[in-house]
Amino acid sequence: MIKKEMIAMLLAGGQGSRLGVLTSKVAKPAVSFGGKYRIIDFPLSNCINSGVDTVGVLTQYQPLRLNTHIGIGIPWDLDRNIGGVTVLPPYEKSENSEWYTGTANAIYQNIDYMDSFNPEYVLILSGDHIYKMDYEVMLDFHKKNGSECTIAVMPVPIEEAKRFGIMITDENKRITDFEEKPENPRSNLASMGIYIFNWKTLKEALIAKADQPNLDFGKHVIPYCHDLGSPMYAYEFNGYWKDVGTLQSYWEANMELIDIVPEFNLYEEYWKIYTKSEILPPQYIAPEGVIERSIIGEGSEILGEIYNSVIGCGVTIGKGTVIRDSIIMNNTVIGDGCELNKAIVAENVQIQNNVKLGVGEELPNDTAPHIYNSGLVTIGEKSVIPAGISVGKNSVVFGITSAQDYPDGCLGSGKTLIKAGDEQ
Amino acid sequence: MRAIGIILAGGNNRRMKELSQKRAIGAMPIAGSYRSIDFALSNMSNSHIQKVGVLTQYNARSLNEHLSSSKWWDFGRKQGGLFVFTPAVTAENSSWYRGTADAIYQNLSFLKNSHEPYVVISSGDCIYKMDYNKVLEYHIERKADVTVVCKDMPAGTNVERYGTLKMNEESRVEEFEEKPVVARSSTISCGIYVIRRRLLIEMIERCAMEDRYDFVKDILIRYKNQKRIFGYKIKEYWRNIATVEDYFATNMDFLKPEIRNYFFRQYPDIYSKVDDLPPAKYNVGAKVSNSLISSGCIVNGTVEDSVIFKKSFIGNNCYIKNSIILNDVYIGDNTHIENCIVESRDTIRANSFYKGEDGIKIVIEKNERYVL
Repeated sequence: MIKKEMIAMLLAGGQGSRLGVLTSKVAKPAVSFGGKYRIIDFPLSNCINSGVDTVGVLTQYQPLRLNTHIGIGIPWDLDRNIGGVTVLPPYEKSENSEWYTGTANAIYQNIDYMDSFNPEYVLILSGDHIYKMDYEVMLDFHKKNGSECTIAVMPVPIEEAKRFGIMITDENKRITDFEEKPENPRSNLASMGIYIFNWKTLKEALIAKADQPNLDFGKHVIPYCHDLGSPMYAYEFNGYWKDVGTLQSYWEANMELIDIVPEFNLYEEYWKIYTKSEILPPQYIAPEGVIERSIIGEGSEILGEIYNSVIGCGVTIGKGTVIRDSIIMNNTVIGDGCELNKAIVAENVQIQNNVKLGVGEELPNDTAPHIYNSGLVTIGEKSVIPAGISVGKNSVVFGITSAQDYPDGCLGSGKTLIKAGDEQ
Repeated sequence: MRAIGIILAGGNNRRMKELSQKRAIGAMPIAGSYRSIDFALSNMSNSHIQKVGVLTQYNARSLNEHLSSSKWWDFGRKQGGLFVFTPAVTAENSSWYRGTADAIYQNLSFLKNSHEPYVVISSGDCIYKMDYNKVLEYHIERKADVTVVCKDMPAGTNVERYGTLKMNEESRVEEFEEKPVVARSSTISCGIYVIRRRLLIEMIERCAMEDRYDFVKDILIRYKNQKRIFGYKIKEYWRNIATVEDYFATNMDFLKPEIRNYFFRQYPDIYSKVDDLPPAKYNVGAKVSNSLISSGCIVNGTVEDSVIFKKSFIGNNCYIKNSIILNDVYIGDNTHIENCIVESRDTIRANSFYKGEDGIKIVIEKNERYVL
C-alpha cells in the first residue's frame, strides 16, 4: 500500500487582485518574479529541497499559465512514479458541485487525493510568498511536540501585527489563543499561512465543518481544532519571508534581489530555486550597453542603459533607452530612446521607440488608488504602447493601444487605460 | 523520421592543447550556455530522429555528466532514446575504439537491432543547425549510397586539416582526401553523412574483417569509385572546433547579432542541459560591453568583447578583454585577462595578470578556492 509520510497541498487558486493588471490573465502564483522565476517556484522548490515529493496544486483562477509552467513537474524533479506533482482543479460531482469557495473548502474537496497516499501528515502551503524554508525541520518540531496542528509563525514589529493573524503561545510554543487582525495585539507572532496537520485531525475537522460556507483555515478549521483542545504549536521562522500580495511589496521584493549581498540570496548552492527554463542562451550586452546594480535573465539583448532593475529572459532593450528602478518581465521588447522609471512591465509587452513611462508628478490613481500607488507605472501583459507616448506615475496601461488612445501623446499620472477584449 | 542517429564524440585532439585534457571535444563549452554536442543532438531531435547513439571514449566524464539525462533534448522516450556507448570488454573484443568505423563496429548491435532504413552520422564537435530530413530526401532522390554534407570554404581558408572533396556536375564525389598536404579543392566534408543502415552494417563488417578502422579513410575514400557517394552542399553556418583558434573564433562568432539570431531566435531551438542558475547579476562598478554573459554570473568589473560562461564571478576592478571565461571560474579583484581562455572551475587570485601576446593563451591555475 502506498504510504507517504507527508504530502503537501499548495493553494494556488487565488486571483491576487491587489496585483492589478498583472493578474488579469494569470493566477498570482504564476506571476514572474526575480527575472526568471514565477512566484510558485519558491514553495515548489522548498518542497523538493525538504524531501516532500508529493504535492497537490489547487488551481482555480486563470490556470493556463500555471498548468503550462508546472507540466509534469520536471523542473522541480517532481515527475515521480508515485506522487510527484498533481494539478487539482475544481471538478463536477454527482451532486453539490461547487467551485473552491475557501482555502479549507478546496482541501476538503480533495480528500480522496490525499487519502490515496495514506499520509501521516499534510502540509498546507500557499502559492504567494517568497521564502526558503526547510519543511522537514518544521515536521521534526511538529513530531517532537506531539502536535496535531503546527502553524509557522514569524515575529513581526508589534505595530504591524494588526495586519496579520496573531498566535499567542505559552513558553513551550503551544498555542493558547489566536486573534485575526487584532486592534491591540497580545503577541507579535504572525501566521505565515503554512500549516502541518496530522492527516487524521485535519480530515476529521474538514468533514465536521464541511457545511460551513467559504470554509477557511484561519477562520474555521484552526478555531475548530483549538476548541476541541487538540495540541497546537507555533513554529517560529526567522528567515526571509515576503508576502508579494501588493504591487508595492512585489516591487520591493524584486528590488531587494539586486543588493550586493541580498537578504534573500538566489546564488546559494544548496537550496536552489528551480523553474521551467524556456530560454537558454546567454544574454548579450552591446558596446553601448550600460548595466549597474541589476539582474538580467537568459537570452536578453541589452543595447541601452539599465540601473537598479530586474530584467527577465528574452527581453530586448533598444539603443539609448534608459531604465531605472523597474521590473521588465520575459520576452518584452522595448524600442530605442525610451525612458522607464519605476515601471512594472509584464510579459510579452511591446513598447515602441521614444516612449516615456513614469514621468511628471505623482497623483493618486483615479480608478483603484489602493492598487496603483507608490509612484509605479504598471503595464499589463501583451500590451502595445505606440511610439512617442508619455505615461505618468500611478497609472496603468493594459491592451493593444494606439496613438489615438493618448490625447496629446500622453497618459497623465493616476490615469487608467485598459482596452477591453480578449484579443490581446 | 526514417533514420537513426550516430554521433561520433569520441575524440581527443592535440590541437585543442590543454583544453582537451579535461574533456572530450563533444563536451567543449560553446556560446556561454551550451556544449558542442548540443548542436548535433538538437538537430537530431528537431529532425524527429528518435533514436541516437553517442560513441565516446576519451575522457568521457564531462560528456557523461552532460548526457546524464536525455530529457533535455527530448530523447526521454519509450520509442528510441539516447544511448551512450563507451568501449566495453566483451567475449569477442577487449580493445579501445581504434577508429570511427571500429567504434561503430563494436556497437553494431545498435544498428542491427534498429528497423529504420537510414542512418545519419554526425560528429559532436560541429556547430551548425540542420534539418537532416532535407539531406535524406536528397540522398533518396539521387539514389546515393552515401551522402556527404559539404561546404565551400572561402578562398584562402586553410583547408588542409579537413577532408576535402571534389564533385562532378551531378554532385557525385570524384575525389576525396583526408587532411591533404596540398588541397586541390576548397570544398570540405562537414563530417555529416547519410547512409542506408544495411549498407553501413555491411561495409563496417567488411572493414573490420580487413582490420581497417576509420570510416572516412577506409570506407568513404576507399570505396569512392565503387559506391555512389554524393555531396550535399550547405551554405549555412558550420564550424568545427578542432583547434584552439577555431574554438576561440567560434565562440566569438556568437557576439555577432546575425549568428545569435540564427541559432537562438529562429525556430527550431538548440537545447542543452538545464542548470537552474539564477539570473546574471551586475553590481556597482560593472562595465560590460559587446559581451555574452551567462546565467549565474556575478559581475563587478569590466568585461569587453568576451564570452563569459555560466556561474563565473568577476571581482572588483577586473579587466577582461577579448577572452573566454569557461564555467564556474572565480576571478579575484584587480585581475587583468586579455586574449585568454580560462579553464572551467578555476580560481584566479586577485591582482593576477594574463595576456596572450601572439595568439590565445590558455589559463589553467588549479588554485584552491576558499568559500566562506
